[in-house]
This record gives sequence, structure tokens and C-alpha cells, in this order.
Amino acid sequence: MLFENLAQQILLGLHIPDGFLSVPVSALWWILTIAALAVAVRQVDGLSERQIPLMGVMAAFIFAGQMLNFPIPGGTSGHLLGGALAALLLGPWAASLVMACVVALQALLFQDGGLLVLGANIFNMGIATAFVGWWVGTALLRAFGGQRWGLVAAGFVAGWVSLMVAAILTSVQLVLSGLSAAIVFPAMLGVHAVIGIGEGLITAAALAFVVATRPDLASTLTGSLGTDAARRGVGRGALAGITGVGLAIAAGLALLSPLASGDPDGLERVAEDQGFLERAQDPAYNVLPDYTIPGLDGPISTIVAGIVGLLIVFAIAYGVTLLLRGNKAETPR
Amino acid sequence: MTLAPSALDRYIDSKSPVHALDARVKLLLTLACILALGLLPPGAWAGIATIATILWWAVLRARIGLGLVMRRAFVALPFALVALTLVFSRPGVPLLRLPLGPLTLTATDAGLIAFASVLVKSWLSVQAALLLTATTHFTDVLHALRALRLPAVLVAILSFAYRYLFVLVDEAQRMLRARECRSAELPGQRPGGSIVWRATVVGQMVGTLFLRSYERSERIYVAMLSRGYSGELRALHHRPLSRREQGLLFVGGGILAAIVFLTYVAGGGPR
Repeated sequence: MLFENLAQQILLGLHIPDGFLSVPVSALWWILTIAALAVAVRQVDGLSERQIPLMGVMAAFIFAGQMLNFPIPGGTSGHLLGGALAALLLGPWAASLVMACVVALQALLFQDGGLLVLGANIFNMGIATAFVGWWVGTALLRAFGGQRWGLVAAGFVAGWVSLMVAAILTSVQLVLSGLSAAIVFPAMLGVHAVIGIGEGLITAAALAFVVATRPDLASTLTGSLGTDAARRGVGRGALAGITGVGLAIAAGLALLSPLASGDPDGLERVAEDQGFLERAQDPAYNVLPDYTIPGLDGPISTIVAGIVGLLIVFAIAYGVTLLLRGNKAETPR
Repeated sequence: MTLAPSALDRYIDSKSPVHALDARVKLLLTLACILALGLLPPGAWAGIATIATILWWAVLRARIGLGLVMRRAFVALPFALVALTLVFSRPGVPLLRLPLGPLTLTATDAGLIAFASVLVKSWLSVQAALLLTATTHFTDVLHALRALRLPAVLVAILSFAYRYLFVLVDEAQRMLRARECRSAELPGQRPGGSIVWRATVVGQMVGTLFLRSYERSERIYVAMLSRGYSGELRALHHRPLSRREQGLLFVGGGILAAIVFLTYVAGGGPR
């Protein structure tokens, strides 16, 4: 029971409480969130009368779905955040709105995440997960050429990557608010690389289930699936194989993350020792002149490192995809 | 077992000056309070203590157990582990050196002050949010959000989400209970099934919950349609804020602004 609570609190590592982000950082992400949601409200079919109950109930569904968990030996449990799943079922714009409502309700009703930092939390867990999940998922579905196991792979990778992006964004905001990049990035990314496996597995299984039972509801997905692939369920072998690949990538990245951030810390240390930190202001960051960033070189290079790392992961996943598809093309269907 | 929004929910129907206050005023003052806490520099203990005093006075006026609010506000504290890095990353007078393999962690006084400030500010912010939640019905909060120019569609979606939240959480908990009943487990023995298999089971539960929710939303839509729903949610009209409420808003905001202003003028931002 204690361990379960602990695991839930680790997942809450993405719900930033008030007081941890500086006011300019909170304000910047409020602006981004408001802009994105304003576009989303326009995009979602003008939000026809039919959509409003659907969106509301879907937000409640994601909220309830986050309670469904499975125990992992060793005391933790696998959870769902749901951004990628919502995006692949409803489309990215609708999913952004749904997830924004989920995160807002959690903050307003349960104090999971603060109010001043709500903009950042909605952006990280709602908008970013929805869009990254959508992009990664649909790109992989196309790349897999409509195979039924492709749906599972796309769901898994989309779930995992979306959670990693949320963790990276959270880390960026914390680092911009003055926390040490050398500790925040490895800790956040390491933990979420593991938690993301649960996210990916649940997303993949849920997608496969919905496509097998009600293919009409997952029209965005069934459109890119073969006709008979949509009807059949997904074999357990495919799920296990894809999990293996995903685990390997996740473990690799988790191992690499301390290495990646060792160097920026050195830069930061040097900058502090030499006292050129204040003078070395990058013009691009004068947008936020009100706060000083301890170790300007550190965070930026770590952020770049994080993004590069993510691109590498995606490139590997894409490469594996192409390889697998090449093999598949030779065998007659 | 149903979902209890919080242990403070039972206070929501009690009567007090804070409960009677308009939700718009409470929402704005809560946000202003959290904003003021966020703007205070690390180590501005006088300012933090003043805001804490005002906040606790409001909690006592609302006749909510102060100790309960303080305890409940610890929910965000696990996040403090991340902030612990502040102790070792701020330049300042070294207090403690921890040799950790090749690198040495140096705790500084400035780092310790920054860490303590973040903890206290975060703790107080959660208390402010708790006070709002414990004294205001969520429907009133939604009306207040609408009055503060949140788009009507978002308010409509939020109110639907709130209405069906408890229904679907109950549904999810029934599913979890059913799984517990099906899965026998002997104490001391490794439970069966691989992790992938368990995740698949949960994924299918999530998929089932999605289908049930989707179909429920269709039923809701049809039910609303047959009751004359035209795509527009009719809310109770908003009355403008009374003179007294406006005054309270300005006084409250003014006091908070003055605290922040005085801290910066007097201390020059103590660091």
C-alpha cells in the first residue's frame, strides 16, 4: 500500500506544484497553453453541439482510466497518463482539449499540480503528449504499412515518447526556474523512461482492443490499417516482441542520460567560477529578462542534448520500422 | 468505495463568511495569493509570514480545521525531492561538503534558503488552493471561470467532465474490484502473469472503459436532445459584483501587492 502510494507520487512527478516554477516561466507557458487551446477550440469541428458531451465524458474517461493500474513486482505499478491514447482515438486537437480539462480538474479539485503553474502542466501533460503521441503514432502507422502488429508498435512507441516529452518539458521548466540541470534531467528522464513502458503497453493494448471491437470509433486508425488487419485482434507475440525493443531503447536512454548531462554541468561550474555567467546572455533568452538563469550554458545544452536524444530514439524506431517492413515485403501475405 | 474529492469536502456546505463570499472574488484572491508567493524572492521570510498569517486567518474564518488544511497541503511534498538539488547548486557560503565519488556536493547557505523557501511557498500555495476548494462548490468555480472570460465551450466541457467524473471513476473501480476477485494471490508467492500480460489486461480494461464512456456520451447526447438541447448550455445569469465585493477584491489584492512591493524595496531582494 505504501509502495503503491509512492509509485503514484512518482507519477505525479509530472504535476508540478505551485512554488517550483518561477513566475516568468509560469507566465510563458500560460501564454503557450492559451494560444494552443484557442486554436484547438476552433479546430474541433467548431465544437458542434454533439461534441461537447463527448469531450466532457472523454475527459472523465481519461481521469478514471488513470486509476486503472497493474502491479509490477518490486512494489511499483504501471499507470496511464493517456495523452497519446486520447490523441490516437480522438485526434490531436480534441485530445488537447480533453487532456487540458483532465489536468485542470486535477488541479482545481484535488490539488494535483498548482494553479499558477497550471498552464505549464496543461502544456506538458495535455497538449504536448497529445500532439507528440499523434505525430509519432500516425507516422509509425503509415511506416508499418497497415500491419496489425504495427498498430501495437505505434501505440507503444507513441505512449512512451509522449511521456518522455512531457518529462523533458517539465525538466526544462524546472531548470529554467533555477533547479540544477545535472540532477533534474537524469532523474526525471530516468524515472519516466521506465514509467513510460507502462504507458506504452497500456496505450497499445487499449488501441488494439478498441480497433478490434469498434473499428468504426477509431476511424483515424482503421483508415491506415488494412481491412482484415482491423478486424483481427492482436497477437500476444507481437506485443511481447515490441516490448522487448522498447525496453532496450528505454534502458539505453536511461543509462545514457547521466552521461549526456555530465558535460553541461562542467560548463556551468566553469561559468560560475569565472563569473561570466551574467555577461554571457544569449539574445534569444532576453525575451525573459526578469529572472537570472543559473548556468545559462548548462540548461540550454542539456535541452539540446535531450532533444537530440529524442530524435535519435525516434530515428532508431523509424529505422527498425523500415527494416521490419523490408522483411515483411519479401514474405507473401 | 466511491471517490471522495477531498477530506475537506464535508466542509463545503457549512456556513461562514468565506463560504458566503462570491466565487469570483475567492478565485481571484486565491490566484493573487499564489502569485504573490511566487513573486517573493527566496528568503523573504517576513513577506511569506505575512501572507501565511492572512491565509490562516481566512482558514479560521472559514471554520475549517487549520491543522487538517496544513496536513492535507503536504500532498505536493514528494516533489520537494527535485528541489533538493537547489541546496547544492546555488553559489554561496559552503556549509557542508559531501564527497560523492568523483564529485563533491557542496551545500551552501543560499542554497538551503532557496530550498526552504520553495518548500514553504509551495506548502502555502496548496493551502490557498485547498481553502478555495473546501469553501466553494465546483459549479460556482466554473461560473467564476466563465465570468473571467474562459471560453464557454471549455466551461461546458469542464462541467460535463465534472458531472461524469464520479460515474466513470466508480465504473473504473468496479472493474478493478472485478479484477481483484478474479485474481487469486497467495501471500508470499509470486503473483502470476508476466508484466506484458498484466499491461495487456489493463489496456483492455482501459479500452472497455473507453467504449462504455463513448456509448454513454452518445446516450447523454440523445437524452439532452430530447429535452430540448440546442447546442447551448444555459447557465444562471451572472450578477455584477457588489460594491462590497469589489472593495474586498481591491483591498486583498492591494495588501498582497504591497507585501511583494515592500519586500523588494526593503530588502532589495535578500539573497
